[in-house]
Amino acid sequence: MDYNLTYHHFSERSILVNWPQIIDKNVLNDILFYKNNLEIYYAKEIVQVKTAYNSLLITYNRTIDNINDEISALKLQYNSRLKLDKASHKLWRIPVCYADEFALDIDEISTKNKISKSEIIRLHSEPIYTVFFIGFLPGFLYLGGLNERLYYPRKRRPKFNIEKGAVAIGEMQTGIYPNASPAGWNVIGNSPLNFFNVNAQVSCFAKPGDCIQFFPITLNDYHTISRDVSSRVYKLENEIIYD
Amino acid sequence: MIEVLKAGFYDTIQDLGRFGMQNIGVPLSGAMDQYAAKTANSVLGNNVNDAVLEITVSGPKLLFHCDTVISLSGANLNALMNAEHVKLNSIIAVKKNDILSFGKLSFGCRAYLAVKGGLLTEYVMKSRSMCPNITSNLRLQKGDCIKIEAYRNAKMSSTASVKLNLHYFENNLFEVYEGPEFKMLSKQQQEALFSRKFSISKDSNRMGIRLKEPFPNQLKSIITSLVLPGTIQLTPSGELIILMRDCQVTGGYPRVLQVSENAINRLAQRISGSNIRFKRIFQ
Repeated sequence: MDYNLTYHHFSERSILVNWPQIIDKNVLNDILFYKNNLEIYYAKEIVQVKTAYNSLLITYNRTIDNINDEISALKLQYNSRLKLDKASHKLWRIPVCYADEFALDIDEISTKNKISKSEIIRLHSEPIYTVFFIGFLPGFLYLGGLNERLYYPRKRRPKFNIEKGAVAIGEMQTGIYPNASPAGWNVIGNSPLNFFNVNAQVSCFAKPGDCIQFFPITLNDYHTISRDVSSRVYKLENEIIYD
Repeated sequence: MIEVLKAGFYDTIQDLGRFGMQNIGVPLSGAMDQYAAKTANSVLGNNVNDAVLEITVSGPKLLFHCDTVISLSGANLNALMNAEHVKLNSIIAVKKNDILSFGKLSFGCRAYLAVKGGLLTEYVMKSRSMCPNITSNLRLQKGDCIKIEAYRNAKMSSTASVKLNLHYFENNLFEVYEGPEFKMLSKQQQEALFSRKFSISKDSNRMGIRLKEPFPNQLKSIITSLVLPGTIQLTPSGELIILMRDCQVTGGYPRVLQVSENAINRLAQRISGSNIRFKRIFQ
């Protein structure tokens, strides 16, 4: 479908494209199609195309001379996006330990939302989440698809430091902290995987449009997987899915 | 090699940053005042992207373990090579065992030290810019050793220098464009952004410059979207934050203004308490 896009000359070198202000998988797919076309179109030029829930920001390595020409060139690429084949994405299966020693805020959510802890774990590890984009911290995935019963407000005052791997809930979103960080979200578990690795060929395995599913593991599994991850023998499971 | 005998207030290694890595949440980073960093490199005939030392407000004490040539640009911290004054924006010959130290700040906020061939510190994700979660070191510490290549060419030293432009450090008018959410402000609020005088809070750093004056507003948060260095966010509590080089790649506060690239560089040279005003540019 065609969305009504607006274009904004953001900085000397950047143009921001806005979609309707909704969080929606169809919008995401449209943004990713457009991004893909732009990257092909600009293959010979240094540009960066970044995306978020309903926006795309293209930054050139040069000052924009004529904004109208530039926007016209972008629009042509939007209109030719249907030529692309259907995109394929990966579904990643992510182990999460919901044990009490990690789940700092699970009791609070359980009391306030009137759900048992085991039900929280079941509802959190059931859906297939969509990666909308990566932001906030290197490797921090913004995931959509949280069960409504788990919606929970951000903390009024962020915690000073939470552990690497913390799995948390903020409003209608869930995510994993790739590194220790101050955090405003509510922590319900921890994943032993590395979500961001500066030295790896691919620093962040997931891409916007990919899917994530969590599976609960015991504390014992957690320690085993941690060891395997540090000795680089852990095989992260994924399968290819089509839109 | 350069040995850090004493660290300054906040010294970091910077080049022009990590362009192209923002899709995985990596901050752009890079020298806060890229004009000054490029000048320091250009004076030596370096590549403009070579890593330099960014020195903030008060400088370190550095011992050179080899011969080289250096240049200083940006803020004036009244540097001394051994006991001799160092002229800004010029080529300075350095001998093994020379000591570079810094005095009181007389203008600007950030000085840049370039060394012939660049600072050869750890190279992570196509840049040497120090950044949390990316590089293992975040700032210089006493005892650190910075790798450089020895360079012997005394002839290169010169009394010539790039002319200092003091207006760059004094002009308190900063060019801005309307941000994506500018139109959400009332006409009165829009005008106030350009007529009012603001001042820089001491709670400012490489991630962002906060302004002291509250700017009351009823703007709603936006769905998390993209931001750049130079984006001015307006928080629900009425704080204006100018995002700087180490800022996050996304944010949920309304983006009311965007600072021009030249103005970002000049803002990097303003210490806390400085008065600033915004001048609208239509692009």
